[in-house]
Amino acid sequence: MTTPAQTLPLYPWLDHDLHRPLDPQPEFARLRAEQPIVYVHMKNGHEAWLITRHEDARAALRDPRLSAYHDRPGFPQMGPVDRAVRPGTFAHMDPPDHARLRLILAPEFMPKRITALRPRIQEIVDELIAKMAAEGSPADVVEALAMPFPSRVICEMLGVPYADHSFFQGHTRVLMSQATSGKASDSSFETLLSYLDRLVTAKEQDQGRDILSRLADRVNHGVITHREAVGMAILLLFAGHETSANMLGLITFTLLQNPGQLSQLKADPALINRVIEESLRYLMIIHTGIVRIATDDVVIGGQLIRAGQGVILSLGSANRDENVFAHPDQFDIHRDASQHLTFAQGIHLCLGAHLARAELQIAIKTLFLSFKSLRLAVPPSEIPFKNDMFIYGVHSLPVAW
Amino acid sequence: MRVTADTRKCLGTGNCALSAPEVFDQDDDEGTVVLLNSQPPSKLHSAVRRAVQLCPSRALQLAEDTEPAETKA
Repeated sequence: MTTPAQTLPLYPWLDHDLHRPLDPQPEFARLRAEQPIVYVHMKNGHEAWLITRHEDARAALRDPRLSAYHDRPGFPQMGPVDRAVRPGTFAHMDPPDHARLRLILAPEFMPKRITALRPRIQEIVDELIAKMAAEGSPADVVEALAMPFPSRVICEMLGVPYADHSFFQGHTRVLMSQATSGKASDSSFETLLSYLDRLVTAKEQDQGRDILSRLADRVNHGVITHREAVGMAILLLFAGHETSANMLGLITFTLLQNPGQLSQLKADPALINRVIEESLRYLMIIHTGIVRIATDDVVIGGQLIRAGQGVILSLGSANRDENVFAHPDQFDIHRDASQHLTFAQGIHLCLGAHLARAELQIAIKTLFLSFKSLRLAVPPSEIPFKNDMFIYGVHSLPVAW
Repeated sequence: MRVTADTRKCLGTGNCALSAPEVFDQDDDEGTVVLLNSQPPSKLHSAVRRAVQLCPSRALQLAEDTEPAETKA
């Protein structure tokens, strides 16, 4: 018996099955099969077409008539309160502003620049692993590695003094929580904004070779405004913290739950690239999907989407599409996972994709090679998953060795 | 096969440089595509097609020549 669209629970669906915390909610598989493009009502009052199949999500990502500009009337923002697009948030902009801003950052994140950064990324991981070893078993992978590691990397790339990083982590944690009231979120944002404002101003006077200095240089040349530079810095700070941190927790948990494949990795560390690519497919941290709005009538997967209507792309569902990935709910490091949509496609393809891969490859490989007997310190059912947050992951991951 | 790259559309994502590094590089300062070889040899064609497919901003174009028939020894 199919569930008619109007009886679907309000979107987004954050709670995951306690017994299958790494899988998308079962509703997605049903929708892919029976109602691949379905109109949903959202908890915040917005409405949108929910797209769940890989082929349709891919087409939507590449269609220029689906806009990312969050200020368009009716844009299906996901949060409890609609927010105006802040200057510099190019992820929520369309051409030409999107390109004007993104191109400034492009060379900092391109493959050969990230390759040059790998030794430093390895050093940062090594320091944290050494500290973990010195403090002894048991430990929380989230506190010891997953949170501080990507934080330190992005802070160095930006040119933010590391001494200030715990200040950032506290505020970004508040900002990303689904449960936070509008007030607390604004206060954290304003605090971060004013700090970065002072830092960018300082670099406008005295430039180093870091990303904030590059942004400050562009302000001095009138390519972007000071306010845009600060907005871009905050965007990178969010993206650089929470995404890799949550993936690290989830990947560690996944490998511990798949001991056969973990053994293969330990025996042949060159498998790490496959492990990470399959992890990017299998796990989803942006579990609510990403959002767009049609600027013209568009037909996707045979469904007419009218100009002005919203669209939600469930990339997590697309990554489990049985038409693209055989046995999609199996974690399998030997499959070809390269068609995953975790970094999206089209002009908003994740700027940090190459950095993310490098971070995850280096951190996961080093963790499991350094602690060969790593195991969960509590039963898997006691691991707390982030069912209350926009970005999914684990709150803590107690391990022993 | 003839490849063209429009730097005005390029967003510097680097998928082309990763897929076919013998054919595509990125400018060190700007990050935009640098076409190293506009007529790549056939052993690179599959990688180049993948690069063109992955380009998020449609900055890369291909003109595929009709392959001449292979002569057999």
